[in-house]
Amino acid sequence: MTALLQIRDLTVTFATRHGAVHAVDGVSFAVGRGEVLGLVGESGSGKSVSLRAITRLLPDFARVSGQVAWQGEDVLAMSPERLRRLRGGQIGMVFQEPMSALNPVLPIGLQITESLIAHTDLDARARRARALELLDLVGIAAGPSRLSQFPHEFSGGMRQRAMIAIALAANPAVLLADEPTTALDVTIQDQILRLLRGLVDELGMALVLVTHDLGVIAETCDRVAVMYAGRLCETGDVAAVFARPRHAYTAALLQAMPGEGTRDRKLLTIPGQAPRLDAPAIGCAFAPRCALVRPICTTDRPVLQPVAPRQSSACHAAADLAA
Amino acid sequence: MPRLGWLVGRLLQIVPTFLLIGIAVFVLARLLPGDAVSAMLGDRASDATINRLTAELGLNRSLGAQLLAFLTAAAQGDFGASLSRHVPVMRLVAEALPVTLSLVAIATTLALAIALPLAFIAALNANRWPDIAIRAVFQVGLSSPVFYIGLILLTVFAGWLGWFPVGGYGESVSEHLYHLFLPGLTLSLSFAAVVMRNLRAAVLAVLTAEYVDFARAKGLARSVVLLRHVLRNALIATVTLVGLHVGALLGGAVITETVFAVPGVGRLMIDSIFARDYPVIQALTLVLAVLVSLAFLVTDFVQMWLDPRVGR
Ligand SMILES: Nc1ncnc2c1ncn2[C@@H]1O[C@H](COP(=O)(O)OP(=O)(O)OP(=O)(O)O)[C@@H](O)[C@H]1O
Ligand SMILES: [Mg+2]
Repeated sequence: MTALLQIRDLTVTFATRHGAVHAVDGVSFAVGRGEVLGLVGESGSGKSVSLRAITRLLPDFARVSGQVAWQGEDVLAMSPERLRRLRGGQIGMVFQEPMSALNPVLPIGLQITESLIAHTDLDARARRARALELLDLVGIAAGPSRLSQFPHEFSGGMRQRAMIAIALAANPAVLLADEPTTALDVTIQDQILRLLRGLVDELGMALVLVTHDLGVIAETCDRVAVMYAGRLCETGDVAAVFARPRHAYTAALLQAMPGEGTRDRKLLTIPGQAPRLDAPAIGCAFAPRCALVRPICTTDRPVLQPVAPRQSSACHAAADLAA
Repeated sequence: MPRLGWLVGRLLQIVPTFLLIGIAVFVLARLLPGDAVSAMLGDRASDATINRLTAELGLNRSLGAQLLAFLTAAAQGDFGASLSRHVPVMRLVAEALPVTLSLVAIATTLALAIALPLAFIAALNANRWPDIAIRAVFQVGLSSPVFYIGLILLTVFAGWLGWFPVGGYGESVSEHLYHLFLPGLTLSLSFAAVVMRNLRAAVLAVLTAEYVDFARAKGLARSVVLLRHVLRNALIATVTLVGLHVGALLGGAVITETVFAVPGVGRLMIDSIFARDYPVIQALTLVLAVLVSLAFLVTDFVQMWLDPRVGR
């Protein structure tokens, strides 16, 4: 599988009034054609910041280092015009907040077609047809009148789907989807996830799917990357990681997962305090909450290394977990 | 179409507003110290003269009848005759009003032409030197009184450089524009400062909005993001401010017209106050209040046009 998008050692620090916030700390992952990568981690673990860093959508006061390669091309060094064509054209993005990501004073139709204007040479009539087709694709029927409506006339779930339609407008090769189904009820969530999976399987799109929901990962993703406190804990094929987690945090998450059949959308919860990002841990960030903690965990930072075929973990207890 | 209903409702609202303005002007005139007749005639008028004027002004009728007569006449543009100039009040108002409206229009245009681009530049360079420089200059504009700025502009551009006339209004349209430029600029500066600060803050707020990031994530050109997604949304808040400020601008016109000897409503108002020309004062108060409420009406319409959430 060729990696379309390769992230290496991505680090994002926000310089704030209260000091530096280390939101993302040395994260690496790749996603290839026809592949779905699930990005999972508790709130504040740096999932959204990582996604935004890829197409350089972070505010000026964010310091970003590391490498982002789009088919071998260095994204962090792209000219503004090259970056503009990459955004939306090759890498589509669905934001986490459906209520605030659409412009409240512009009609939905325009917010879809402006994406088409930016990346295609369709004429006005074809753009309109494509916009209707996209709305239909994400399950917003009822035709042309929808195009002239404004976001406040859409429900939260419809806004989220409109945002997905916008992100898909120019047929991007990669879709970065930040919790794209949070505002949707279960049936529509399934419908949207099937739609995305279909685009991956039929058109070879690559998908990075951020979610809190391990059930979604299990159903939709090929590979999974687990984040904690801005760091990557574990990556690997979903089946392998779920069957045999090799990081203490992943293991704790899977244990806390609601049982099969209960469609409980509770956030991932494990006991203990959320980590501080202003003063990164010297050792493993998860150590204070870890059931398997040992002395080395508080002094030495574990590095992400292969622990099994196609599976890597950054955990001093990785060998014990294998047993 | 809920918005059509809102529009009609907003238009109809103007009727009670005008009525209230009329009543307020009428009541204010009765509240003036001393009665109008002796104020007009002075202390040494004969009883016969006083009685004749009282009857002429209808002051011997009941208050209700007086109010009704006043409102009916006012609705027809009849405010009686000026006491000091002995011509119909409406003729004086009709001569002065276009001058002031032109002045206010020029001032508004200049203020927006100055403030909009500078606010945008300042916001996009927040806390860097262009922003700091722009804000410093406007701070001076905001904190100096209108007459002071007027006198400086007059001294420099009309006096020393001789680029502009010292005062007056001219004969033709182009002469009018030429004569009104300096007073318009004077009037515009503090207005521009207010708009600049407001719009700069609004742009800064909008720049951090999620939908602006999303617009960038779509791969829109920077100019499209800035004009369609940032400026338009930032202007919604500023439009209200501009509308509200037109009233203040009319007030500022009084001073500016005096400094530049422009024969507008402001000058007429001041002259009439000194001459105790009550019918003129009454008519001007009414006309200005009506103008301000019309400005608010226009503001609401522009707001509705910019923001689809209004009126739904
Ligand atoms: N613009 C910003 N300025 C300062 N800190 C920020 C900014 N954006 C994010 N952060 C911080 O970076 C950290 C990671 O945030 P991020 O939004 O990536 O979390 P997340 O994993 O997406 O969480 P959630 O599941 O709640 O969406 C958080 O501590 C957050 O407070
Ligand atoms: Mg997030």
